[in-house]
Amino acid sequence: MNQIEQLEAKSIYILREAYRDFKNLVMLWSIGKDSTVLLWLARKAFFGHVPIPLLHIDTHYKMPEMIRYRDEMAAKWKLNMIYGENKVALEKKLTFPDGNVDRLTCCRNLKSAALKHTLSGEWPRMRFNHQLGDYEPDQNKEAYTGVIVGVRADEEGSRSKERVFAPRDEESDWNVGDQPPELWNQYKTDFAPGTHLRIHPLLDWTELNIWEYIQKEQIPIIDLYFDQGEGTRCRSLGCWPCTGKVESTARTVAEVIEELKTGKFANIAERSGRAQDKEDGGGLESLRREGYM
Amino acid sequence: MKTNQSEKKRISVVIVGHVDHGKSTLLGRLLAETGSLPQGKLEQVKALCAKNAKPFEYAFLLDALKDEQEQGITIDAARIFFQTPKRHYAIIDAPGHIEFLKNMVTGAAHAQAALIVIDAKEGIQENTRRHGYLVSMLGLKQVIVVINKMDLIQYDQESFEKTQAEYREFLSRFKLEPLAFIPISAFEGENMIHNSEQMPWYQGNSLLTQFDKLEASSTDELVAAPLRFPLQGVYKFTEEGDERRIFAGTLESGSAQVGDKVIFLPSGKQSQIKSIEEFNRPAATRAQAGQAVGFTLSPQVYVQPGELMVKAKEPQPKVGNRFRANIFWMGRTPLIQGKRYKLKIAAKRVSVKLVEVLSLIDASDTGSIQKKQQLDRHDVAECLLETLKPIAFDLYDEIDSLGRFVLVDDYEIAGGGIIIEDRTGQGDLFSEQIRHREEARVLGWLRQPDREKRQGHKARFILFIGDFSQGKRKMAAATEKLLFEHQANTYFMAYTNLNLGLDSDLAAIASDSDEEVRRLGELARLMTDAGMIFITCLSLQDPYDIELLKQITLPNEIFVVSVGENRWNIPGVSLEVAAHANEGAVAQQIVAALEFKTL
Repeated sequence: MNQIEQLEAKSIYILREAYRDFKNLVMLWSIGKDSTVLLWLARKAFFGHVPIPLLHIDTHYKMPEMIRYRDEMAAKWKLNMIYGENKVALEKKLTFPDGNVDRLTCCRNLKSAALKHTLSGEWPRMRFNHQLGDYEPDQNKEAYTGVIVGVRADEEGSRSKERVFAPRDEESDWNVGDQPPELWNQYKTDFAPGTHLRIHPLLDWTELNIWEYIQKEQIPIIDLYFDQGEGTRCRSLGCWPCTGKVESTARTVAEVIEELKTGKFANIAERSGRAQDKEDGGGLESLRREGYM
Repeated sequence: MKTNQSEKKRISVVIVGHVDHGKSTLLGRLLAETGSLPQGKLEQVKALCAKNAKPFEYAFLLDALKDEQEQGITIDAARIFFQTPKRHYAIIDAPGHIEFLKNMVTGAAHAQAALIVIDAKEGIQENTRRHGYLVSMLGLKQVIVVINKMDLIQYDQESFEKTQAEYREFLSRFKLEPLAFIPISAFEGENMIHNSEQMPWYQGNSLLTQFDKLEASSTDELVAAPLRFPLQGVYKFTEEGDERRIFAGTLESGSAQVGDKVIFLPSGKQSQIKSIEEFNRPAATRAQAGQAVGFTLSPQVYVQPGELMVKAKEPQPKVGNRFRANIFWMGRTPLIQGKRYKLKIAAKRVSVKLVEVLSLIDASDTGSIQKKQQLDRHDVAECLLETLKPIAFDLYDEIDSLGRFVLVDDYEIAGGGIIIEDRTGQGDLFSEQIRHREEARVLGWLRQPDREKRQGHKARFILFIGDFSQGKRKMAAATEKLLFEHQANTYFMAYTNLNLGLDSDLAAIASDSDEEVRRLGELARLMTDAGMIFITCLSLQDPYDIELLKQITLPNEIFVVSVGENRWNIPGVSLEVAAHANEGAVAQQIVAALEFKTL
């Protein structure tokens, strides 16, 4: 088995382990390449089916292509697709693009808070109805106790400290200093009432691994990652006001891989285009403690 | 399987050692000198140091988290990637502080090699020893030892050799032979990348050269071993007419081919591989160690996740309930006798008890052997364990993935261990406990024959088993009614009532069912002791549960009614009835089967 095959097998094992032990399991799908690979791995783990609901947090500042792609794939792969949002912050215009808060606060409002309350079931969830081809309020208000997330250890400092099965307390807080041990392939699959777990099947993957896997499996990835003829492309996807494009003429997966291996991005951090990371010394870390993915 | 020769392998190495022996400096230096830092990282850390008026150190590169910089210790097993022209490395930076032992263990359990760092000036410390034997227990066979901070002892050969001899002797007790001892100074960069001019007496490899000599793990040996396929799940997704019933898991060792005859353990059920299932991959007829696949089987068998699938023609694993193991304990509360813990081995979860601590290894001095009754936090000891139900396992030396386990205490993984000897059949804590319960029990004025005489019937435990929604509860209630009409002393308890009360403290997940079964058994023992015909229903899937219930209910008898197809092959069934059979008729059959003096 080569490295990609080993990574794939391990991720499948983790997904099946999560599916075995969690009744209220959900998988976050940001539409980006990592969580799309994760979704693909779920289809691998469950032989073409995705028996886990997918949750997207809609900040309403996502690029329109992302929402279109999300709903196309949801229909095509028969996904149990759910989205949540921070209605109040959006109505009161407590966002960075509205000029009322800084970037970090905007992330807190539209992502962290929306995620937290959608997971707990306090805020409405919208569920894709395959008959109607549209979203409708989800009747299920039970809290999700297991949340599968596509973070990778190589993304930035704080993510390299994650566990594969990482507990969060009721407030979604992350206690970095006191995490459960993980031995061989035995993870924390027991949890006290009132706690929940984040599950990270992609922790050991690198950005390059992700692209190589996309190529190997021919995973249909959103085309924002490729140059559309303007000489720029996204390397990491987020909300449009905070996602810078990189100068690149890579039009295919193979060209992206070539660029990562040998070209100008070989030594530049992936999230360098994400403006919110730069607002203070450990911006993303403070966000992650509060439940950001 | 063919691997691309041009593809560089990745190898993961854990760095361990006593606190402040210089691991972070070593790692920072390696990253910087192999040109492996992301652009801007070095500048970012330097700027942060300048902002906080601190001199820059290589160690700061790793302290990506604020927490760490405040406390000055590496908290977790962070993964850091770098490469040489030969291959990729994932370095797992394990904290040296004793409080974070579980983080060190986590790091080491995921590595293929270990780098142990010893401070030349301070010499071998408590955690140097502890990390040494943990590395050996966690199964790491490639170990490099560096004696760091040689600059602080003027690159003295003699003291290097003294430390080397002492540590080599210590590790030999755990059958661990390091690949190399290297004198280095991470701070000054000596013997890191190139051989040091400061230590001309050292003829061995520099650290980086030694790294490149490590061998990436190969699955060849695993593939040649007997098949071990722990069953993670049995899936049937009926969406879009998918009729496959798929047995999913990862092959821990060996290989499996379409047509192979297989056995599930401990249940002993047999079948044959019909197909190998994978998504978005050409149909395969063979799967091998490391692959996460699924099988369909013919004839159909009903087994629970957690069972181990093996090949009928290959060497079999052991099936038993008692074994000797080396255990390291990380729990906040000690590992004690008499308490039930959850043991997780491969895909199996089972209730387990500590029978005895055989010998304890002490890290604080030179690793001497002590006698103790319990394991406190950070203790390592040889112990005797007993599971409530039999499990399939191998000895660690034979097939390591089936010979290692974790212990869960109060929702947390609190210990890990490796099995060194099968002790099944040499004593049985559970039977002893039942025997003791019967011998020591205190009786009232009444005796069982008195009750039977007045009631006209014996006490019984009537248990309806079968899958969900088979009409069990209706039959049970009808039986209660008919028995009552026959003046019998009877009580039907819906299992839900147990969950709502007596069992409300148990997590509602399948893996805690051992304890539920035990409590039901003890409850049945008390109810039958009161002379009652005690009735309940259970969706049993594990044949051993009936064995347990029988044992616990002794000396009173259990009457098992199987409703619907007995797919799980539950043994000892007294009466078999069809699903949704007429409940009145079933009740008649049961009453007829019981002995009544006055009908």
